[in-house]
Amino acid sequence: MPHVTLRAPLKERAGGNGELTLDGATVGDVLRALERAWPSTVGWVLDEQGRVRQHVNVFVNGERVREDATVGPEDRLHVLPSISGGSR
Amino acid sequence: MTEVLVGTKKGLFVLRGDRAGAFSIAGRTFAGDVVEYAMRDPRTGRTFASVTSGFYGPRVMWTDGDPLGEWQQADGPGFPEGGDTAVERIWRIEPGEADGLLYAGVAPASLFVSTDGGETWALNEALWKEREAGAWNPGAGGLALHSICPWPGDPDRLAVGVSAAGVWITEDGGDTWRTGYSGLLPRYMPEEERETTNALCVHNMCRSPARPERLFQQFHGGVYRSDDAGATWNDIAAGLPSDFGFPLAIDPGDPDAAFVIPLVGAEDRVAPEGMLRVYETRDAGASWTARANGLPQEDAYLTIYRQAFGSAGAGDEQQLFFGATSGELFGSLDAGRTWFTAAERLAPVTSVRVA
Repeated sequence: MPHVTLRAPLKERAGGNGELTLDGATVGDVLRALERAWPSTVGWVLDEQGRVRQHVNVFVNGERVREDATVGPEDRLHVLPSISGGSR
Repeated sequence: MTEVLVGTKKGLFVLRGDRAGAFSIAGRTFAGDVVEYAMRDPRTGRTFASVTSGFYGPRVMWTDGDPLGEWQQADGPGFPEGGDTAVERIWRIEPGEADGLLYAGVAPASLFVSTDGGETWALNEALWKEREAGAWNPGAGGLALHSICPWPGDPDRLAVGVSAAGVWITEDGGDTWRTGYSGLLPRYMPEEERETTNALCVHNMCRSPARPERLFQQFHGGVYRSDDAGATWNDIAAGLPSDFGFPLAIDPGDPDAAFVIPLVGAEDRVAPEGMLRVYETRDAGASWTARANGLPQEDAYLTIYRQAFGSAGAGDEQQLFFGATSGELFGSLDAGRTWFTAAERLAPVTSVRVA
């Protein structure tokens, strides 16, 4: 299963787990699996339409991708806040 | 002990005190996030906060304990999956007139309803369809449903205010909606468009619980009163230094009373003449009296946001508090006759509610 790395505050919302393995064939699938495993992450990375939020970056093996990108069982996902966010 | 919940662009501040000049900051929570609005439901004691992360989006949080303690995240509000719309900002959370009933007004302009005390939220589909059919236009702050006015004792009757799509009224619990446009004069539109446009920029609206058919409204140029539950409106701004502004409060015990804090105008959103003044009417808008004793009256070019004016109680001892984008919080414990500075150097204040 793909390996997912989270940082604060998402790590805290995932029960303190900064490193997880979650099932899914796309980035969106994996992030929905995160929400199912840790409901307090619902709405934080994906909006209600399943899109990665504008100021969150998801990388697969170092390449920035969107929710529809495919992932394999050996891939590594990093979920990070964007440097463009937080301007308010 | 009075508790004041102050939403800011950098978290929620909780202030407590029991007399003028003796309020202090008890603490700050949601550090770094915008707290658009925070209020305590007087029926249950549950406290709600609308929190928007610059990264992770908006959400409703709630707690039954100390607001400086642990909070829980509500399920919603969120638009139904399968569309292309997502909640951008949660402007307002308002208790309804039935057990467990609450409303949330959000951007893009829509109304969400909770029937379980604010733990889960569902879209009011009927008003959303009106929005889609009417091609509503956003104001400068986005397309926002920010004012929610229940009818005391009747959960079927509700009026809401939208920037910039006017007043919407339901009398069947939100199954159907009609407009309350008559009398509102959008001077920002070409003359030939003023009678027909739906681009009506409501800035704030409050209902008098003592006479529920009466509503007061701060408009984008105009202060109005309705005596027929929002169907028609009469301009009552004569006597104010400016008819532009956002904050609005009422005295729940006096249907003829309202308070506004005027700003110069749309292009200069500061206190007129550098004098910070709250204006009070006690005759339903026939006349206005400046209430400025204790407020800065020189070089005070402050900006007060829409929801940054809150109150508790009624009559001569009504408590009024408002906050500025420059971080000051002002309070009055005698219905505006005298004011004191409750806090300085907060972050820009987005909302003030007196718990």
